[in-house]
Amino acid sequence: MMMEKFALRSRVLLAGAAMSALLLAAPALAVTPADTLVEGFAIDDIISMDPGEAFELSTAEVTGNTYDLLVRLDLSDTSKVKGDLAESWTVSDDGLTYTFKLKPGLKFASGNPITAADVAYSFERAIKLDKSPAFIIGQFGIDGDNVTEKAKAVDDTTFQFTVDKAYAPSFVLNCLSATVASVVDAKLVKEHVAAVTPSADYKYDNDFGNAWLKTGYAGSGAFKLREWRANEVVVMERNDNYHGEKAKLARVIYRNMKESSGQRLALEAGDIDVARNLEPNDLDAIAKNADLTTTSAPKGTVFYISLNQKNPNLAKSEVRQAFKYLVDYDALSSTILKGIGEIHQTFLPKGVLGELNENPFKFDLAKAKELLAKAGLADGFSVTMDVRNTQPVTGMAESFQQTLGQAGVKLEIIPGDGKQTLTKYRARNHDIYIGQWGQDYFDPNSNAQTFASNPDNSDEGKVKTLAWRNAWDIPELTKQTEAALLEKDPAKRAAMYQDLQRKILETSPFIIVHQQLEVAGLRKNLRGFALGPSFDTNFVGQISKE
Amino acid sequence: MSTVESEATAGRRGSARAVAVASSIARFLVIAITTYLGLLAVTFFIGRVIPIDPVLAVLGDRAPANVVERTRREMGLDLPLIEQFYIYVKNALNGNFGTSVLTTNPVMTDIRRAFPATIELATLGTLIGALLGVPLGVLAAVRRGSIIDQIVRIIGLVGYSVPIFWLGLLALVLFYARLQWVAFPGRLDIVYEYTFTPITGFYLLDALWQRQWDVFRDAFRHIILPASLLGYFSLAYISRMTRSFMLNELAQEYIVAARAKGLSETRIIWGHALRNAAVPMVTVIALSYAGLLEGSVLTETVFSWPGIGLYITNSLQNADMNAVLGGTIIIGSVFIGINLLSDLLYRVLDPRTKVR
Repeated sequence: MMMEKFALRSRVLLAGAAMSALLLAAPALAVTPADTLVEGFAIDDIISMDPGEAFELSTAEVTGNTYDLLVRLDLSDTSKVKGDLAESWTVSDDGLTYTFKLKPGLKFASGNPITAADVAYSFERAIKLDKSPAFIIGQFGIDGDNVTEKAKAVDDTTFQFTVDKAYAPSFVLNCLSATVASVVDAKLVKEHVAAVTPSADYKYDNDFGNAWLKTGYAGSGAFKLREWRANEVVVMERNDNYHGEKAKLARVIYRNMKESSGQRLALEAGDIDVARNLEPNDLDAIAKNADLTTTSAPKGTVFYISLNQKNPNLAKSEVRQAFKYLVDYDALSSTILKGIGEIHQTFLPKGVLGELNENPFKFDLAKAKELLAKAGLADGFSVTMDVRNTQPVTGMAESFQQTLGQAGVKLEIIPGDGKQTLTKYRARNHDIYIGQWGQDYFDPNSNAQTFASNPDNSDEGKVKTLAWRNAWDIPELTKQTEAALLEKDPAKRAAMYQDLQRKILETSPFIIVHQQLEVAGLRKNLRGFALGPSFDTNFVGQISKE
Repeated sequence: MSTVESEATAGRRGSARAVAVASSIARFLVIAITTYLGLLAVTFFIGRVIPIDPVLAVLGDRAPANVVERTRREMGLDLPLIEQFYIYVKNALNGNFGTSVLTTNPVMTDIRRAFPATIELATLGTLIGALLGVPLGVLAAVRRGSIIDQIVRIIGLVGYSVPIFWLGLLALVLFYARLQWVAFPGRLDIVYEYTFTPITGFYLLDALWQRQWDVFRDAFRHIILPASLLGYFSLAYISRMTRSFMLNELAQEYIVAARAKGLSETRIIWGHALRNAAVPMVTVIALSYAGLLEGSVLTETVFSWPGIGLYITNSLQNADMNAVLGGTIIIGSVFIGINLLSDLLYRVLDPRTKVR
């Protein structure tokens, strides 16, 4: 009955509507509202908006715009930090205690004042929740038992942070600029805390507001988070209580769009102001369109091919070396990486303290063949490679397959969904893997630790770095990586990382191919759009429309 | 004596019918329950067999190893497979499909939000398909072998053989990007998305109800392209079936008799033949409707239509197994439900099935 009525009504509607559509739907350029920025962006990686839990690349952008930190990356010199909520800070003589003085009169978006107690609570909840990014703070010898003592409010405007060793101050401060150290509104969060039954894995009786903060908001950034609907949209609105320069636009909307071609269509039609995931051909087309323009920035992400040392052929040092001569770097950068990546063969991305811009490897078939012959593999061998079904890795893999073939190495590509290939990679069940690695925080240690250290190469090893995933046993390099953490002089510290990078370049099972260039296509009426050096520094507060 | 006997016979006949009805309901229930259990088992074991770690759905790609291990224990993935399945079935039978790790909502909440979008799209698609497909099929049958018949058959063949997502992409490029007749993928423009509060979740109806004509127009501009594509898809099926049913009817004796009586051709075709062909047509249209509900996955993906198909696709890609199960069960139920409904309608409409 209901259905009948519905059908009848729809039928009448349909006839009328079809007529009016033909009359009304005249071609007209869609325009986004003047006070709103609409970005087409693949935001399907977001799983939580809680800064104590979130660790995904798109979330970083939202968190960076909606929360404040004690210190932030200095965009004019990314090897340094500058104060955000903190007005100043001092380091004790023994190098263990960091004392931060907060700026006066700060307020959260809710209107609550920002005090040192909020900062302390933010650290406490991040450590006790112990989600993915918690280690960034935890690596300073801080755990659930000692966090209230090691990260504490001395008075309303003074916050004290105590570390277990005399680390390089640059390391400590860089880590405190990571999104996990975002300051949450303790009063607001505590209103939304849910009870939890303690267990062996989690010994606290409450969730520190985690369930609520997954989609909720308790920050003080230039924008406040209004809504996040998974795989659909993120909506941010201007925060009028923000301590810095107020955002120019009233609202910023990220629409989940995965496909480059779809983003291009929508940008051309004016349904979005910015397209964020463009592939080279769409980027080209946009660059030629008079209404549109493009911009790019190098990001802290490197793309690499890695060789599992459990495979006896790949474990030979000559084979590792030969493979580095079997990537056609130039061909890649003029085709599938055009505009979205630049050749970069060392593990520290440009812009990080200690960066090293040396790219000694070129495609050299003769040299590679010679090395393979030396390894006793003159006739080549067969090997597999796990490849995620997404550009640009698919294209890179196919190019690599072709160049390896010239040297007699038969590469079988095993395509898979990202989650599949990653599951296999994490279990060390691959031969060759191709992937991207983004820094966890803006400090050289982040990538040094993952590429150049492997404290326990057994299958039970607890610290599963990329070196571990590829079963590369390197006690010497592991020690050197640790030593660089304690070097107080930034220049000496940088030199230590450069030395590490040269060693990785020569001997490692990692073929680092390029550094990601993040690109965006935008409509020409936008002012002030700029991509930052990291994913949490793509700020939208200064953007306006003409 | 004879009256008593006939009453008794009638009684027996009545109870026999009741038994028949009861047994067919029982049979249906058995089929339905078996199907559900089958769905549960298949979804569960596929979810465990495919080499995707569900922990990734909870933690994302970048979680450190110790957090991954702790979460695996918390999710009960260290328990024996059989025990995991038992817990899973127990919860599912209670209507508890758990929480979607992607959206952080209970799966049922997500489905309640996504399903109206799919129903709206499939309903409009079926309407378009039926309203165009039936007349085309009739025409083709009446003008059998003519150029009209050929055209209808070619239209049907294309609709049948061209993949719907391919047509969708072409249509998007033409009608959205080039001509700008229709709106951007999605259900509403950004402007309305935050000013319009749906009641039932069927945006067209909700907008009419609230007399928000601009919202109605916008919603229509969004739905018309995907609905037309689905409509085309079902038109292909409906017109072909209509044609063959009509040919069957037109060959019957009563048509010859009607012609002999001097009835007008229009009345013979639309009044008599189509009326009789309408009974099997109900089943055809209902089946095509169920097919659209279930098969709109690709259309929803192409058009970013936030319905159940897109929900399941996203969940699958993200190893969000609770959501995949919930969505699969719901679609399975609807499919079974519509099949039953069309079966019942058939019985009601066709007098011959009533006597039996």
